[in-house]
Amino acid sequence: MGTGTSKPTHAPRRSVAIAAIVALAAGLSACRGGVLDPQGVVGRAQRVILYDATAIMLAVVVPVIVLTLVFVWWFRAGNRRAKYRPDWDYSGRIEMITWSIPALVIVFLGGMAWIGSHDLDPPKPIESAAAPLDVDVVALDWRWLFIYPADGVASLNRLTIPARVPIHFRITSTSVMNSFFIPQLGSQIYAMPGMTTQLYLEADRPGTYQGLSAQFSGDGFSDMRFDTVALSADAFAEWMRTAKDGTGVLDGNTLAALALPSKADGVSTYSHVAGGLFDDVARGAMPMLPAREDR
Amino acid sequence: MIGKLSWSAIPLDQPIPIIAAGVVALAILAVLVLATLRGWWPYLWREWITSVDHKRIGSMYMILALVMLIRGFSDAIMMRTQLALAAGGAEGYLPPEHYNQIFSAHGAIMIFFVAMPFVVGLMNFVVPLQLGIRDVAFPVLNSVSFWLTAAGVLLINVSLVVGEFARTGWLAYPPLSELAYSPGVGVDYYLWSLQISGVGTLLSGINLTTTILKLRAPGMSYARMPIFCWTALASNLLIVAAFPILTATFAMLLLDRYCGFHFFTNELGGNAMMYINLIWLWGHPEVYILILPAFGIFSEVVATFAGKPLFSYRSMVVATMAICVLSFMVWLHHFFTMGAGANVNGFFGVMTMIIAVPTGVKVFNWLFTLYGGRIRFTSPVYWAIGFMVTFVIGGMTGVLLAVPPADFVLHNSLFLVAHFHNTIIGGVVFGVMAGYMYWFPKAFGFVLNECLGKMIFWCWFIGFYLAFMPLYALGLMGATRRMQHYDNPAWQPFMIVALCGAVLILLGIILTALQLVISVRQRRRNADLTGDPWNGRTLEWSMPSPPPPWNFSELPLVTGRDAFWAMKQARSGHSAHSDASPPRIVTSGLVRVPRNTPVGFFIAFFAVVAGFALIWHIWPMAALGLTGIVTAVIRQAWSDDREMLVSHDEIVAASQRAMRRLPS
Repeated sequence: MGTGTSKPTHAPRRSVAIAAIVALAAGLSACRGGVLDPQGVVGRAQRVILYDATAIMLAVVVPVIVLTLVFVWWFRAGNRRAKYRPDWDYSGRIEMITWSIPALVIVFLGGMAWIGSHDLDPPKPIESAAAPLDVDVVALDWRWLFIYPADGVASLNRLTIPARVPIHFRITSTSVMNSFFIPQLGSQIYAMPGMTTQLYLEADRPGTYQGLSAQFSGDGFSDMRFDTVALSADAFAEWMRTAKDGTGVLDGNTLAALALPSKADGVSTYSHVAGGLFDDVARGAMPMLPAREDR
Repeated sequence: MIGKLSWSAIPLDQPIPIIAAGVVALAILAVLVLATLRGWWPYLWREWITSVDHKRIGSMYMILALVMLIRGFSDAIMMRTQLALAAGGAEGYLPPEHYNQIFSAHGAIMIFFVAMPFVVGLMNFVVPLQLGIRDVAFPVLNSVSFWLTAAGVLLINVSLVVGEFARTGWLAYPPLSELAYSPGVGVDYYLWSLQISGVGTLLSGINLTTTILKLRAPGMSYARMPIFCWTALASNLLIVAAFPILTATFAMLLLDRYCGFHFFTNELGGNAMMYINLIWLWGHPEVYILILPAFGIFSEVVATFAGKPLFSYRSMVVATMAICVLSFMVWLHHFFTMGAGANVNGFFGVMTMIIAVPTGVKVFNWLFTLYGGRIRFTSPVYWAIGFMVTFVIGGMTGVLLAVPPADFVLHNSLFLVAHFHNTIIGGVVFGVMAGYMYWFPKAFGFVLNECLGKMIFWCWFIGFYLAFMPLYALGLMGATRRMQHYDNPAWQPFMIVALCGAVLILLGIILTALQLVISVRQRRRNADLTGDPWNGRTLEWSMPSPPPPWNFSELPLVTGRDAFWAMKQARSGHSAHSDASPPRIVTSGLVRVPRNTPVGFFIAFFAVVAGFALIWHIWPMAALGLTGIVTAVIRQAWSDDREMLVSHDEIVAASQRAMRRLPS
């Protein structure tokens, strides 16, 4: 194969190359909005790790793939120029190389894993001149509730945050496990009933970033998406003022009603949130929630 | 009287399961009618259903796996079709409550009822032949193991028509799988079918471990064992160590669901994180239970078709056993995002990467086995090369996921789905397909059609890349697993390409069935009369194909590695090592052969009765099933007539018959 005359193959080759470039460009543009297009300090650090680790490993993986194909082709039974060594099965020197190449790669990557897991540990505060904003997150069946404890305000199915301010999330769930994830901002972490997990994230600039649950949680799981709206400091203060002036009381009873299974519904805000509500949920001290109904 | 069971359990309002069940029922009926009309029942009962011969049992395991591959793949292609349609507000054709059952069934079936039986079946068939022995340590137990696996298969398929399957994902994480959130029978179907087949797997693991440790041909020291036996040993040690964890974990969830316990519930001190730790303490070794024998198959295939001994046998053994031990120290990497803290995550990340070292060594060893070889491009070699190219990519993405901060953005994404399909298809499936095509002539006396074998490879190979490379990209774009629909229309082209890949794999599966039919029809043309169609190196090729029930008429005396190769070299006067002593044979008089027994079939029958009754809370029927199991076991334990002796004359006559089939 591949031994035809060179001229007629030019055109298809060029069109293949163009197609490949178009596909690559399409692929890259489609990456917008994903973890390779981070909009926050955590996500950016993670992209660096993704690229570095991949590059280090490709340095071994690509030669191995190429060598496999070369060896297989050269040592085919029909090739009389290849030297057949029917009894060759050991070389101490090669054995040493085969152990040391993967070991060296792993020394690098292991260091990266150890340092990275400390630097980017989800509950580790982000260094910043701005004081972090606390947001308490409650995963419901199948909605997200965001409580701003300092202001006594809550928002359902939409997360509004100031840009360039570290956000300190405390996360729990009223029923089953979910995973709180805003791909463009970085790390996800589980939302678990009776537990509190913590996560720091920060958005670089104002914008809207898609958030979702990354842990399957039942029939309404696919619609557990929310917009994360990052605003400038002034706009955020304005949003908070409007929210506070609004209506809606969120206490144990309203939360119990919200916790009933319900699929994708609209966005709403609550101007008055009962104190200690999040802690009650996280302690498992909520009133017993009704079980899901049988199909 | 009939517990929770009622006519409403049959989903007559849902066309897909009813049509699927109808097709399955028709297929089963057709087989039954054919077998009855042709008068096959006495033969099937005598020679297969009651057989305790490890070769027959191994073959049945593989038939079971191939049949369940069709079921698991039907689920796969339905999911891919749904996701190719359900973009940007469209809901597709599968509502969530049905779609969620499909992906749960797909995962559970592919791991427990396709990959496991295929791997266990190959080990069952090959290990005694390679070790130069007449059967496994406990032949009757072997039959029980197989039939218990078949019982699990039957139960999980019943869930298609009677009731529903779990809607929880393939590992049924609580609290979602607890009664409060999954009140239906789906999770009970999941738990009981896996409990029953899990007992079978554990018994099979004990059996093969004992066989390898205690029963080897004279002279077959550990350092002379074929590498496939080493990987089988590692795999079965892992089964013995890990499956009890699975059984105990499921037992706790069953207590929660049936008896109001609170191991994993949200209330009264229950803790779901315990379940997640325990299930992965089984789940990660499970990955190596599947992949290690596949590594062994590739080692045999590469050495045989390169016409060379395996490069650095010692490294290969050390690497295999290192993986065996390390696989128990990495389970937490499945949930870095639980928030265990930097030290814990860092430790498990590093441990996970350390496994990549022995795995990398193995890849290099295959590479240097190819070096200096004279490679014959048979279909098993295609699978082996396809594996080497594909698996290193899967390994690379695996190490990437082992870096905790990278996992924080890739966890549960389609990138993860692409990664484990990359290793399971590129590793386990390619491995068992290589093994199937490599050892098929040994089992049935004729070679599978080579041309179709290569076409099947290309379908799977290209199909895999088309189906899963887009998923890597989608994962990086933020697409998560188990979603039933999605908003972002930019993802749809990738999903459509993935569907095309799945269709290509479907073609590969259809061709596999076709290959079997065509090869059976061409069996005279493709007959292998020598017993050694590939110029093999290990003892299974030293006997006629198919081997007699007692395998070795005379037990071989093993004097080195690649025992059969050494015998052939000595016979033709081309001994590589001048000091190699000529192979000797240990002769013995009478051969003890275990008698066939239906006890395995009966135990499994009553296990199905008990399992079905427990799922539907039909307590008298459950008592009946359990009593039946105990009675069958006791009856077997008190029977004296469990072996028969085959006389020397009979053995000589059989081997002469086999010799007469030889060409010259």
